[in-house]
Amino acid sequence: MFRNNYDNDSVTLCAALEPPVALIPADRTCSSPQGRIFQIEYAAEAVKQGSVVVGIASKTHAVLCAVKRNAEELSSYQKKLFSVDEHAGIAIAGLTSDARVLSNFMKQQCLGHRLTYGRAMPISSLVGMIGEKAQINTQVYGKRPYGVGLLIAGVDERGPHLFEFQPSGMTEEMVAFAIGARSQMARTYLERNLDAFPDCSRDELVKHGLRALRESLVQDKELTVENTSVGVVGVVETAGKRKVEPFTLYDEYDVKEWIESAAESQGGGNGGGDETEGMEVDG
Amino acid sequence: MAAMFTQNPVMNGPNYSFSDAPKTASGEFREHRFNPYTDNGGSTLGIAGADFTIMAGDTRHTSGYSINSRMAPKVFKIGGSTSSQDDATIVLSVCGFAADGTALRDQLDTICKIYRYRHGKPMTLNACAKRLSTILYGKRFFPYYVTAMLGGLDEEGKGAVYSYDPVGSYEREQCRAGGAAGSLIMPFLDNQVNFKNQYVPGSGVGHDLKERERHPLSRVQVETLIKDAFDGAVERHIEVGDALQMLIVTKDGIEETILPMKQD
Amino acid sequence: MDHRPQAWGRPRDDVYGSYDASFMQSNTGPKQSTQQPIVTGTSVIAVKFKDGVVIAADNLASYGSLARFTDVKRLRPFANTSVVGCSGDVSDMQYLDRHLTDLALTEAYDSPDKPRLSAANLHRYLSKLLYRRRSKFDPLWNHLLVAGLDDEGEPFLAAADLLGSTYSAPSLATGFGAMLAQPIMRRYVPDEDSAKKLSREEAIDIVKECMKVLFYRDARSLDVYSIAVVTKDGVDIKTDEQLEKQSWAFAERIRGYGTQTV
Repeated sequence: MFRNNYDNDSVTLCAALEPPVALIPADRTCSSPQGRIFQIEYAAEAVKQGSVVVGIASKTHAVLCAVKRNAEELSSYQKKLFSVDEHAGIAIAGLTSDARVLSNFMKQQCLGHRLTYGRAMPISSLVGMIGEKAQINTQVYGKRPYGVGLLIAGVDERGPHLFEFQPSGMTEEMVAFAIGARSQMARTYLERNLDAFPDCSRDELVKHGLRALRESLVQDKELTVENTSVGVVGVVETAGKRKVEPFTLYDEYDVKEWIESAAESQGGGNGGGDETEGMEVDG
Repeated sequence: MAAMFTQNPVMNGPNYSFSDAPKTASGEFREHRFNPYTDNGGSTLGIAGADFTIMAGDTRHTSGYSINSRMAPKVFKIGGSTSSQDDATIVLSVCGFAADGTALRDQLDTICKIYRYRHGKPMTLNACAKRLSTILYGKRFFPYYVTAMLGGLDEEGKGAVYSYDPVGSYEREQCRAGGAAGSLIMPFLDNQVNFKNQYVPGSGVGHDLKERERHPLSRVQVETLIKDAFDGAVERHIEVGDALQMLIVTKDGIEETILPMKQD
Repeated sequence: MDHRPQAWGRPRDDVYGSYDASFMQSNTGPKQSTQQPIVTGTSVIAVKFKDGVVIAADNLASYGSLARFTDVKRLRPFANTSVVGCSGDVSDMQYLDRHLTDLALTEAYDSPDKPRLSAANLHRYLSKLLYRRRSKFDPLWNHLLVAGLDDEGEPFLAAADLLGSTYSAPSLATGFGAMLAQPIMRRYVPDEDSAKKLSREEAIDIVKECMKVLFYRDARSLDVYSIAVVTKDGVDIKTDEQLEKQSWAFAERIRGYGTQTV
């Protein structure tokens, strides 16, 4: 892909060459004749370099699965899943620092909504807010798009949801999706098994997530208790009452059984192609 | 503004100059201002034991002589990871102006949640106690009109009660009664929990009398004490009654009981 | 003749010249943050029953002791799931009404097929709004009752006043209703358990009886009222009910009521 090393802004480079900043219209963006805004595409590249995350929603649950990376053998693994409120969590692919800003924003919005309305924030509203926030960054001078893509899993009055978020500010509700490095493999797996998801049980859903995740791994890499994270949120019906199963993160030994049972039911993934890794991109 | 009638509303009549702004006896302008406070009555009580703490309060909500509600709890669990507060370890009680109490509870709970996000662990009671003090003092010039109390277990697992004034002065105590009937209950607690004015019989005369040795009370004793204290308060204070809510904090979590009291 | 008693016996400006205000102790006068309700609505009453809540308020808006507007609807349905009953200042009520219209619109855009905001959510929102305004020393001079269902689908009834105080009970009444109607309602629903046994018809009868008592003894009330029943099936509201079966027989024994004979 064509890259311009000097273009540090979604707003045109020529803006920087013109004298006083204040006089430059804030909305002058540098679009290509094909209608592409390169900065957004560069930001999307950052997402593609982050390690893969998978999300699936059924009628009762939404799960997030992620492969964590460590910069070297001796270092710790970079966290990929975060809880933003009792009823919602996110998986990140791309710049971790940008993700932290968005996750803090989402946490605050959820807390505020609970204070004023006494209820969990509807997932669509929450996603809409970060979408709007990210879109502004693509249009205003002096800002840059977020270099991170998110999968947002949560439950509200209307049941479980899975949303995708891209640096462009695009948000979309999904049944199942994967973003990050080599995520196409995972998406192919998800497409093949799409019909099964709505009626999957909690554990089946996680297993599907892990299998999709495994599809995207490089040849000699495997899912281990060290590098795998799972997040689950759902609604459970007990005695006719609807109750939210809070978003819970599972790491280390908590994911052991899932990894083992996911491996039993199907052979290892197929490899091919090298992973591109940027230094600042999340491990 | 003082009304200055230099224009006569009556057609073309003579004009008069005067100020009709009402004055107080001391000669100052009498200002009728919106009063942002009210007292919703009720009483709270907290007693710390060796390895537990009980926080209690009545559930009556009043305005003047009217009972608004017979079931309006003023003792809350704080700092759980979910809105159901199932895993909470700290209890807050607020007495006085109920709207301020709710606002204070919401604020403290939000702070506890943010603390969890930042540090990945629940707030300790002593950290929460200090934070509550700064919240209250933060509104020093438009105070939360409440007497707050915080109860739970300290880092050593011992029961602890922190009591506050409306602007954030606080201290850790063995027991405290607050609210409308606080002054009725407190002397009783002094005697029954801290054994004030209890002396060992026959140990001497006058200053030679030996004080009865203090020891932490058992949970059954404390529960009985609280029930007795509130039964007394209900008898003598019109703003206290309806039901007694008790939150018992132990290392296994928080138990809640609600007992009926007199509704008159 | 000048009709203002304040002007009587005062030096006339055309004779003595106008008063030099600079001689006054203070030329600022009292701070005009004073607020009071101007056009007011009286009590709102409501009672829970097994499937929902019945709520009522008369259609009068008074200007002091003057019965100024006799066709003011003080029950405000929200998204066909809740009703907000409003006593106190009518202009503040209309402000809240516009505010709720906005809120209902945004909610409907987010969730067009079924409403998401329960009466409990709405009550929380309104009480925070009132509390915020009182904290700015610019209160909305109202006492609200919010009736509907909570997040679990159980009947919900709660009050919020101009200070942001909130409370909930099986039966609630604002203003004069707290003195006159609440004791009657409490006789039927002393606690939540008895509210769970109450039928819709019984609840309506209790509320109608209370509206009658209020009309007898509240001087700022009207015999035309609105009544709404909120259940899971929606809001059933009637806005022009006439008080029925009034009995003024008791008045004959009381000096001052009706035609004076002595």
